[in-house]
Amino acid sequence: MFSKINSIGLKGLDGYPVSVEVDAGDGLPGVAMVGALAPEVREAQDRVRTALKNSGYHVRPRKVTVNLSPADVRKNGTGFDLPIAMGMLCAYGMVDARKLEGAALVGELGLDGELKPVRGILSLVLEAKAQGWNRCFLPKENVREGQAIGGIEIIGISSLREMAEYMSDPDSIERQEEIRKESGQDREEYPMDYREVQGQVLMKRAAEVAAAGCHNLLYIGPAGTGKSMVAERIPTIMPSCTRKERLEISKVYSICGLLPPGEALLSRRPFRSPHHSITGAALVGGGRNPMPGELSLASGGVLFLDEFPEFSKHVIEMLRQPLESRKVVLSRVSGRYEFPARFILVAAMNPCPCGHYPDRNRCHCTRQQVQNYLGRISGPILDRIDICAEAAPISFEDLRGKGGQETSGDIRKRVERARKIQEQRFEGMDIHFNSEMNGEHIRRYCGLEKEDEQFFRSVYRNMNLSARAYTRILKVARTIADLEGREGISHEHLCESISYRSLEEKYWNS
Amino acid sequence: MEQLTFEDMKTDFGAANGSGEWTERERQYLYWLSRAPAMGAVTIKKLWDRCRSFEAVYNMEEIALSRMGLLKENQAAGLGSWKRCLGKCREEYGALQEKGIRFVTFLEEAYPGRLKDLDGSPAVLYGIGRFPDEERPAAAIVGARDCSHYGRETAEALGKVLAEAGVQVISGMALGIDGAGHRGCLKGGGDTYAVLGCGVDVCYPRNHISMYMEIPQKGGILSEYGPGQAPIPGNFPARNRIISGLSDVVIVVEARAKSGSLITVDCGLEQGKEIFAVPGRNTDSLSRGCNHLIRQGAGIVTCPEDILDFFQIPMKKTEGVDEKKKNGLAKKEKMVYSCLDLQPKYIDRIVEDSGLSLGECLTLLLELELGGHIIQTAGHYYAKKL
Repeated sequence: MFSKINSIGLKGLDGYPVSVEVDAGDGLPGVAMVGALAPEVREAQDRVRTALKNSGYHVRPRKVTVNLSPADVRKNGTGFDLPIAMGMLCAYGMVDARKLEGAALVGELGLDGELKPVRGILSLVLEAKAQGWNRCFLPKENVREGQAIGGIEIIGISSLREMAEYMSDPDSIERQEEIRKESGQDREEYPMDYREVQGQVLMKRAAEVAAAGCHNLLYIGPAGTGKSMVAERIPTIMPSCTRKERLEISKVYSICGLLPPGEALLSRRPFRSPHHSITGAALVGGGRNPMPGELSLASGGVLFLDEFPEFSKHVIEMLRQPLESRKVVLSRVSGRYEFPARFILVAAMNPCPCGHYPDRNRCHCTRQQVQNYLGRISGPILDRIDICAEAAPISFEDLRGKGGQETSGDIRKRVERARKIQEQRFEGMDIHFNSEMNGEHIRRYCGLEKEDEQFFRSVYRNMNLSARAYTRILKVARTIADLEGREGISHEHLCESISYRSLEEKYWNS
Repeated sequence: MEQLTFEDMKTDFGAANGSGEWTERERQYLYWLSRAPAMGAVTIKKLWDRCRSFEAVYNMEEIALSRMGLLKENQAAGLGSWKRCLGKCREEYGALQEKGIRFVTFLEEAYPGRLKDLDGSPAVLYGIGRFPDEERPAAAIVGARDCSHYGRETAEALGKVLAEAGVQVISGMALGIDGAGHRGCLKGGGDTYAVLGCGVDVCYPRNHISMYMEIPQKGGILSEYGPGQAPIPGNFPARNRIISGLSDVVIVVEARAKSGSLITVDCGLEQGKEIFAVPGRNTDSLSRGCNHLIRQGAGIVTCPEDILDFFQIPMKKTEGVDEKKKNGLAKKEKMVYSCLDLQPKYIDRIVEDSGLSLGECLTLLLELELGGHIIQTAGHYYAKKL
């Protein structure tokens, strides 16, 4: 007898429909599995056979052929265990296959017939919905995640036996209530706040401007000046995620198996801080069956690269294209995979090998050494960093704190206003933030007063600025003006922006 | 052989000068000898004392030279094999003029008078441009390479004031204080002289290429090392004796407790020069060497005029730096300006001290910087300019 069960496979961030076909016929007993299978899928036959036995089914020896169609796409993952098991039961005539019409099955089996959670449920359920199927059978642990999509019935089961019971009596499992969370209603809570950062006026301000215009940011300063502390609080001042963003962020986390248990959609913006020993593939994503890397995990939030020059050169250079296009594209023989990379890059570095420059009492590095150290960051990467702020050791007064510090909430209000202005400005365009403006946009939106034009010209000449610095300064000045809700860029906005010009101009021209 | 005094030798040489070709020949042989490996100024002078002709030295058997006690055995052997290079040395010697490099020996009038009577003065000097003027005062400005902003500003201001008063500035064209001294002197329109630890046709450090090109226009670049000599570390302590030798006073601007600049000071003391040091804060390791010198009795430099005073050059009464700069500043600019000093200050401290907002501070600082009143030393650190 022949049977056909619906399931879903994962390719990159998206699911694709797979039909699991099982035929039990005459011939020498055995199981043949076909359809471009990865080892973990091929091993399913042993898990399924044993699970069936241990769930109380007696499977007679017959020639069983299993095909996962489309047969030319490589199948990965352990989610096909459940559909294969059910397909076999149907093929043997133990279960009525008609009851599984319009349903998608996903789940990994243990030898005792228990169902185990799988990764990437969000993408799988989205695809099931797109296919027009009306039900999804998922492992119980994955139910909440599946329900986050909405508009499709999710049935959570814990074992093969439970599945069979459901088939004979659909009311045996109490239907899980759909717990759909409305976007925005659950305001994300962060365990930290800018109120806890004493002093560091400049660094906090730079973070605010970066968050408002999605500018990439570089902190330079000795160890122990709170660079990481300021950086890890940047998500707390970014506007809260829209439902679309939450879904996108959570999808990546789901595929990487990093979704916290019991949480369906992430509500906080991610903050990723990989160690500098990270490989290129771990950063941008990779593998034969490509998985998202840190760039995609940070999408929608902040990617913090501490000790920036310590990252290997080729790893840093890999950032170039994603920083430009805000996505990662990986090409493999099996196809083209696209992962999101809409993060704010926050890099932190010491000013010199010993880390104490410009404190000449402690730093004995020569000028050449300082320049070599800074020179480890290549020009193309610096071009993509709009804001550069110096960090200094914290004074005693700062540590004592004077109170009246701003909270993240206060700063976020300003950032949200600036974001709103940008939204209106770029409505109908394919860019969203000031940092993405090109030459044409800058001409249109970053006009200066006549006096400021002249002032800027003299600065440009006196400080030996490059053409790239020119555009960066105007973009950042635009964001600073937006933070104040001003139409035009004022003299003060321009001056502040000039002071954030990158280390290329500050150190290398002196 | 009768012992001849230096003066006799000079007249002797002068007599030989009658036939110009002979002098030229002697100079060529001296060039050959001076470029021989392990051949120092003292040995060369000793050889001259005994042989009174460098051609004769070339023609003598090495064994004879070592028997006379003029050379050690290995030195003599080295010289023997160096004889093969005479042709090459002659070519090099001929090329000196094309390159515009002066070659001056200790037997000639053009040799700097300040060096003549010093112990261990170099036998030959190479130069691009002029040599320091004997009649006018000269001061050496030396100090740390990795200097602070305070040191750099002080050195530059010193160089400028000295240049304006007609004092020649001697230094080593190194990074940091040395370079700042030269730069200040050039700004003041004076003539400055750089003594290198490499050949005069080698620009070291490379960053100072523009300075290297500018110095010979009014002053000069000097070295005891032949053309093409690489800047090996061993050369530098030795060239310090020439820096102090060419000067009347040695001014140390910034030096750590163990600094190469203190070698210059030691040389200067042996040569009987006056030593001055610029004081620093007691906590600054970069000023520890200077403060120590002052404690030992070196002259203290509280303002550039202290040096002029030593040279008994009458000085114009100048306004204090602060008053000069403060005049003509707007009120808020003054507020920010008065928060600063020569020690670089981080922006957060300026915001705190001035009580202005961050944006306002950044605006005022940028304007002050464009006005040339202050300088951004690194990132968001600002300091006054002298």
